[in-house]
Amino acid sequence: MPIDPEEVRHVARLARLVLDEDEVTRMSRDLGVILDHMAVLAEVPVDDVEAPVHASPLPTRLRPDIPEPSLDRDALLAGAPRVEDGMFRVPRIL
Amino acid sequence: MSTPWEAVIGLEVHAELATRTKIFCGCPTTFGQPPNSQVCPVCAGMPGALPVLNAEAVRMAALAGMALGGIVADRSRFDRKNYFYPDLPKGYQISQLAMPIVSGGHLDLPLEEGPKRIRLIRIHLEEDAGKLVHRGSSGLAGATHSLVDLNRAGVPLIEIVSAPDLANAEEARLYLQELRLVLLTLGVNDGRLEEGSLRCDANVSVRPAGTLALGTRVEIKNLNSFKFLQKAIESEIQRQIRRIEAGEPIVQETRLWQEDKGTTVSMRSKEDAADYRYFPDPDLPDVVLDDAWRAAVSKGLPELPAARRERGVAAGLSRSEAHQLAGDPALWHLLETVVGHGTPLRDAARWLLGEGLGCLADAGLDAEAVLDRAGGFARLIELVRAKRLATPSFRKLVRDVLVHGAEPEALAHERGLWLEPDDGSSARIVDEVLRSLPDQVAQWRSGKHQVRGFLVGQVLRALKGKGDPATVGPLVDRWLETPTAD
Repeated sequence: MPIDPEEVRHVARLARLVLDEDEVTRMSRDLGVILDHMAVLAEVPVDDVEAPVHASPLPTRLRPDIPEPSLDRDALLAGAPRVEDGMFRVPRIL
Repeated sequence: MSTPWEAVIGLEVHAELATRTKIFCGCPTTFGQPPNSQVCPVCAGMPGALPVLNAEAVRMAALAGMALGGIVADRSRFDRKNYFYPDLPKGYQISQLAMPIVSGGHLDLPLEEGPKRIRLIRIHLEEDAGKLVHRGSSGLAGATHSLVDLNRAGVPLIEIVSAPDLANAEEARLYLQELRLVLLTLGVNDGRLEEGSLRCDANVSVRPAGTLALGTRVEIKNLNSFKFLQKAIESEIQRQIRRIEAGEPIVQETRLWQEDKGTTVSMRSKEDAADYRYFPDPDLPDVVLDDAWRAAVSKGLPELPAARRERGVAAGLSRSEAHQLAGDPALWHLLETVVGHGTPLRDAARWLLGEGLGCLADAGLDAEAVLDRAGGFARLIELVRAKRLATPSFRKLVRDVLVHGAEPEALAHERGLWLEPDDGSSARIVDEVLRSLPDQVAQWRSGKHQVRGFLVGQVLRALKGKGDPATVGPLVDRWLETPTAD
């Protein structure tokens, strides 16, 4: 079942994406299909199962506070579309 | 006739932890390095890179929680806070929502009339975002484009959230000052508001005085100095009162303090209302801490500023002297080291504040830099207490001892300032000098008591710098007050 187009617009806005009306229609249908698919899982009875948060019950591993080499800056910036003064250049924000 | 209003204020303080490396990777956290020189696949948010939690960040957050009387959780959890902004490379910030590392706690404001307890709600761990540099304008507004430096991305932060227990801008400023001092004393934050390593947001609302229901709350950001914090809150309280009295609603929103305008301005519009879609970060299993771990961390708790001030006052210091000493952890450390050499706290404090600080300031030195001179400083004080050195001589020697590490005893001998135990020679010289000045003595006897200073000065001159006004003064008084002396 397609999801509400308004929901699609809201999610798109949060992701800073501009969608035209055709895309909103297509997305509400596609996302609806995905959600219907996931809904199958909701039919499994889980009343007496505690919601697992992580795949492993083990506590997180801690790392000692010892510096390690960072990336070479040129390598870091190599994949950026635009670079200025050793920084990632991004379009106007406001 | 207008209703009296009261303000209700809570603060959210972000403190960068003074770890050597970032919270989830081994990149260094050194401030002021060239842009993007301390970045790796983890903190740049590259696909497939996995975070591993820094043990020291956990320890520092727990230490802060213990010092502030909170409960360090057996189990805490990291969540993803999702939003898009250019300074956030992953598209989410790793933070803690439902299960913070510390719950509860309090901070006592050192008010003149006695401490006021401000409750804390929580302290949680999170990562800092990168830094934006705007081009084409001094700020975000009007910029043609922006540049992203990720050196700060992934630096560990604790966010300390207070209950809305602060009643005015002055209390808010005191809260931030005291909190900063506690974190500095613990060594978990460097306290540099101007570098952004300590930042503060304020939640402000007003209500008719004496009522309980809370008014609509406005969040103010960008409070990066004690002065701005106080001015921004004062201005925001007045703005809200004006609106309510004019019958206009208060909008729940985020406002930015603008120093040049002297007011807060609205920052986010309604359709941008926060929707962070938090969920537990699958890359980071829960943080599990036990009693043995907590006991080991609590061993690192130093004496806190409030206790230091109390001890200072109990030892005979004034409230302001105690505040000055406890207000600088490095200075307090020096004081403790001097006391460790046997000097009573009160003497060590008075000489440090009276003479030591000036020397350090002139030499451009931090108290921490002269710790190994504390023994010499203590002996110099002891020489005055034992009357082997006159009080003014202390001032002549203190710089060489504290700044240059000279030996006080040898220096006192070398400069001819060493006093032998008084064998009655001072009294004899007082007698000689006063007998040689019959006119001035007659003046004193006729009631011109201001001439005493001159007489004491003449005796000190005759003692050639070895006399101490503290002992010569009383000898002169006794001589003058004894009618049979001449």
